[in-house]
Amino acid sequence: MTLPNAAITDEVVAEHGLTQDEYQVVLRILGREPNLTELGIFSVMWSEHCSYKSSKRWLKTLPTDGPNVIQGPGENAGVIDIGEGLAAVFKIESHNHPSFIEPYQGAATGVGGILRDVFTMGARPIANLNALRFGDPDHPKTRHLISGVVGGIGGYGNCVGVPTVAGEVNFHPAYNGNILVNAMTVGLAQADRIFYSAAAGPGNSVVYVGAKTGRDGIHGATMASKEFDEDSEEKRPTVQVGDPFTEKLLLEACLELMERDCIVAIQDMGAAGLTSSSVEMADKGGLGIELDLDRVPVREEGMTAYEIMLSESQERMLMIIRPESADEARAVFEKWDLDFAVIGSVTETGHIVLKKDGVVQCDIPVEPLVGEAPEYDRPHTPTAPQPMIAAADVAAPKASLGEVLALLMSCPDMASRRWIWEQYDHLVMGDTMIRPGADSGVVRIRDTDRGLAVTVDCTPRYCLADPKTGGAQAVVETWRNITATGATPLAATNNLNFGNPEKPVIMGQIVGCVTGMGDACRALDYPIVSGNVSLYNETEGTAILPTPVIGGVGVIENVNKLATPALKAAGETLVVLGQPADRKDGWLGCSLYLREVEGREEGAPPPIDLAAERRTGDLVRALIAEGAVSACHDVSDGGLLVAVAEMALASKTFGADVTAPEGAVAHAWAFGEDQGRYVVTTSDPAGLIARAESAGVPAATVGTVADGGRLTLNGMPLISGEELSRRHEAWLPKYMAAES
Amino acid sequence: MKSAIIVFPGSNRDRDMVMALRQASGSDPAMIWHKETEIPDVDLIVVPGGFSYGDYLRAGAMGALSPAMRTVKERSDKGVPVLGVCNGFQILTEAGMLPGALMRNSGLKFVCKTVHLKVETSQSLFTSGYSDGQVISVPVAHNDGNYFADPDTLDRLEDRGQVAFRYVAADGKPGNNPNGSQRDIAGIYNETKTVLGLMPHPENAIEALHGGTDGRGLFDGLVKALH
Amino acid sequence: MKATVHVTLKSGVLDPQGKAIGHALSTLGFSGVGEVRQGKVIEISLDETDAAKAEADVKAMCERLLANTVIENYSIRIDG
Repeated sequence: MTLPNAAITDEVVAEHGLTQDEYQVVLRILGREPNLTELGIFSVMWSEHCSYKSSKRWLKTLPTDGPNVIQGPGENAGVIDIGEGLAAVFKIESHNHPSFIEPYQGAATGVGGILRDVFTMGARPIANLNALRFGDPDHPKTRHLISGVVGGIGGYGNCVGVPTVAGEVNFHPAYNGNILVNAMTVGLAQADRIFYSAAAGPGNSVVYVGAKTGRDGIHGATMASKEFDEDSEEKRPTVQVGDPFTEKLLLEACLELMERDCIVAIQDMGAAGLTSSSVEMADKGGLGIELDLDRVPVREEGMTAYEIMLSESQERMLMIIRPESADEARAVFEKWDLDFAVIGSVTETGHIVLKKDGVVQCDIPVEPLVGEAPEYDRPHTPTAPQPMIAAADVAAPKASLGEVLALLMSCPDMASRRWIWEQYDHLVMGDTMIRPGADSGVVRIRDTDRGLAVTVDCTPRYCLADPKTGGAQAVVETWRNITATGATPLAATNNLNFGNPEKPVIMGQIVGCVTGMGDACRALDYPIVSGNVSLYNETEGTAILPTPVIGGVGVIENVNKLATPALKAAGETLVVLGQPADRKDGWLGCSLYLREVEGREEGAPPPIDLAAERRTGDLVRALIAEGAVSACHDVSDGGLLVAVAEMALASKTFGADVTAPEGAVAHAWAFGEDQGRYVVTTSDPAGLIARAESAGVPAATVGTVADGGRLTLNGMPLISGEELSRRHEAWLPKYMAAES
Repeated sequence: MKSAIIVFPGSNRDRDMVMALRQASGSDPAMIWHKETEIPDVDLIVVPGGFSYGDYLRAGAMGALSPAMRTVKERSDKGVPVLGVCNGFQILTEAGMLPGALMRNSGLKFVCKTVHLKVETSQSLFTSGYSDGQVISVPVAHNDGNYFADPDTLDRLEDRGQVAFRYVAADGKPGNNPNGSQRDIAGIYNETKTVLGLMPHPENAIEALHGGTDGRGLFDGLVKALH
Repeated sequence: MKATVHVTLKSGVLDPQGKAIGHALSTLGFSGVGEVRQGKVIEISLDETDAAKAEADVKAMCERLLANTVIENYSIRIDG
C-alpha cells in the first residue's frame, strides 16, 4: 500500500486509471497537487462506472419521462406510479467482473447491491430477476462459473427473502473470459413516501449505518472499468464478501426508520463506497459534507483515509438526519443489532472535507468533482449491414422437423432453466402468481388484486449483427413478454454491457444499440427510468457480444385475469397475432435455427416494425382483459413452432395439431424469427380474427389444441410432448452433473 | 383461534404465515419479536420460515437459543400446540422439542419446487383437515431439509405414529425425495402430537393463484380443532 | 488463551459435502483418496488463563451451541 503522503507520480496517476489530461483537470480544480486520498476519490468518481464518461452523451438521448414516471435516472433507482397510491421502484445493475473472478461472492454481492439501491428509496423489494451470460459450455470454466453464480444469487436472495421470479441465460464463446451477471430488483413503496439522496439542511448529521468497513473491494469501481488480462485472477482480494443476513437486518431497519420522520436523505454505499455516496449526496443538495473518518466503524485496525474512502464493504448506507432525530434513529438500528455512527455533518462550504487523526486529509470542491467529470464523444464506427438471407436460400434440414424442434429446444440457449430457478426461492412472500419459465414473472401486490409483471431480455446475436435493430428488439421483447401476461408495460431499466468503448467498432455498437433502444421506447411510450453501464468487457482484445439488457415492469389491475402460456382445452384454435395468414416462410437470418442446424452465425436479424408492434400488443392486452383468449405466449427464439411446443409443455396435458399454409417453406415457417407475434388460443377463432382485422393486426390460424401430448405438423407426427419435454429438461442438469 | 408467530431478525416467511392464518381464522396472529419473553395467551404458536440469525453456524442453532424460544418451550410443555415450518422445524429440532436434525440437502443445493406429500394420519390437531393417506402438493424451499435421526429414533417415530408427512410421487408411491431425508420424512410430531415440524410450506399453497390450495387443509383443520 | 474447536459429522451420518469433495479430488487425478469427511474449525480467543477452566468453558459452548450432538462430534484444543 502506498502511503497517503507518497508523491503523485505519473505512474500513480496511471494506476488510478486517470489520463494525463484528466489529471490536469484535477490540478486545476484543486489549484494544487492532490494527496493520495484525494487522487483516489477523483479516480473512482471519474471511473467509467461512476461517471459514465463514454456513454453519457448517448444515454441522454433515451426517453426517461412519461405520465407514470415519478423518478427517472440519476437516483438509486427509478420510480413509477402503478396506481392506488403505490409506486414500483426498480433498477438493474451489473456485477460482471467480480463474478468472473469469484462467481459465488461476485453474484451474491451483485444481488445485495441492487436490493440496497431499491430499499434505499423506501421500497420493500418484492421481486428479483437476473440476466446471465456465460461462455461456451465446452469451455473448462463455464460449469464452475454457472454453479458459483447461481449459488451466489440464490444464497443471497433466498436468505433476504425476496423471490427470484424471472431471468434469462445465454451461452456464447464471446463470454468465455467475461461472463455477465446483471441483477434487477423491483420494490414496492407508497408513491408519496419515496426517499431521495440529495443532502439538505446544513448542520444536519451524516450517519453511517450497517456493516463495518474493511479493506475489501478497494478499487472495485476502477476494476469494473478496465479490460481483463491474464493477471485478473490475481485481483481476487478486491472482491467483496456478502452477508445477506446483515442485508436483511439493514432492509428491515431502514424500512422501519422510514415509517418515522427522521430521514432527510439516504444513499446506498455501493461501488466506490463512502466516496461516491457522500459526494453524490453533497452534489445533489448543492452543499458540502464534512466527515470525521475516526468515527467510521471499521473491521480492521490501522485503516488509512484512502482505504476507508475507497472500501467497498457491503451492506452499508449513508443517511442525512436531523440531529434531534439521532436518538430515535439509533434505537431502531440497535434493535436490529446494526452499527449506527454519526460520522459528520452537512456544511455550506460546497466542499467534501475529510478529517482523520485530527488532520484534514481531503478537501475537494464537490461541484467540479462531479460537474467536470470527463465526458467523451468517442469515435464510433457503425456496424456494417449484414446480408439478408432469403428463406429459399436455406436448404431444408436433413433431419425431420420434429427432430429439429427437439434439437432447438434442447440446445444450450433454449433448454429448460429449471436446474437454475429451482435453486432460487421464487415463492417466498407468498405472492408469486407466475413462476419462472413463462414470459414474465408476476408478483401480486399484497392486499390488492394488482400484479407486477417483470422480465429481462436481450438477444445479443441480433445486437452484434445490427446494433440498432438489436437494441430495439431487446426493448420490444420485454414489452411483449409483459403484454403476453395481460399486463400493461409501464417502464424499463437498462444494463448496457459492451467491450472497450475506446475502440470505434465497440463504440459504434453502443451508439447503435442505444439509438434503437430509444426509438423503441419512444414508439411504445415505455421510458427508461434507471440503468447501469458496464464497459471494457474484453479479455485479451476479444469483446463480448453487445448485450444491452432491458428489464421491464408492467402492471395488471386484476391478477385473476392473468394469461399464461399453458394450453387450456383440447379443440381450441391456435391463432398467431401479428402474422399474415398468407405468410409461407419466415426470417431465418441470424436465427437460432441457422446457428444450431446450419452452424451459421450470420445474416441480418429480423426487422422490427414499431407501429405494428404496438398495435398487436395493444390488441393482445385487450383480448386478455376481455377473456377472449385462454392462453398467450410471445414468439421469440426458435420461432413459431417452438412457441407452440412451449405452450404444450407448459400445460403438461395438451399437444397441438399445427397446420402450415399450403406451399409453405416448412422449416422457415416453423422456425423463422419474425418479430411482433403472439400465439393465442381461443374457442371463437372467427370472432378473434374479426377483432384482429378491425384492429389492423394480421392474424393466422395455425392449428388446434390436441388431447394428450401429441405434436403434429400438417398431419405428420413431429415428436411426442413427453419426449420433447424430456430432452428440453435434460440438457442443463446433465451438463452440470458432468465432469469438468 | 388465537395465534402468535415468533419473529427472528432473519425470518422471511413470517408474513406469508400471517396471510395463511388470517385467511383460515379470520384474525391476525400476534407477532412476537425473538428478544421478547412474553407471549400472550394463544391457542397456537408458530415458528416461521427464514434464516433466523443468518443460519451461519447451523440452520436454526442460534434461533433455538433466543429468549422467545424459552417461552415457547414452556408453553409447549403445558400443551400449547406449536407449529414449526422450514427454519421453524430446524429451530424446534435444535431446541430439542423434536428429535433428530436437519442437515444440508443431499444435492448440496437450495431446492424450491412443488412436491407431493403423503399425510400419514389425519388423527392430529394439524392434519384433521386431511384424510388418512391423502396426497397433497405444496412447495418446499430450503437448503437444509435433509432429516436425520439414528435408526432407533426413526423406528420409534414410525412405531408411535410420529411421522406426519412423507415425500412421495404424485401417485402416492415412494419417490421424489427432494433432499435425501431419511425414510422420506418431511415432517414429524413430538410424542404428544402437540408439536409439528415440517420442511414444506403449506402457507404458500392456500389460494388458487398460488397454483394450488392443498396447504389450506392444515390451517382449516387447526382452526376447527382449536376452536 | 486460544481455543480451537473442530466440529465433524459423526461416523455413520451421511456427509454429502465430504462425498462431493472426495469425488472432485478423484477427478482431479489424486489417486488413493478414500473417504473424505468435512467439518468446521472455530477459533475462540478467551480471557481465561487456566487451561483446564478454559477447556471446561469451551466444552459447555460446544454442548450448548457449537455442535449439534445429534449429528456432530467435536474436539477441543487449548493453546496458551
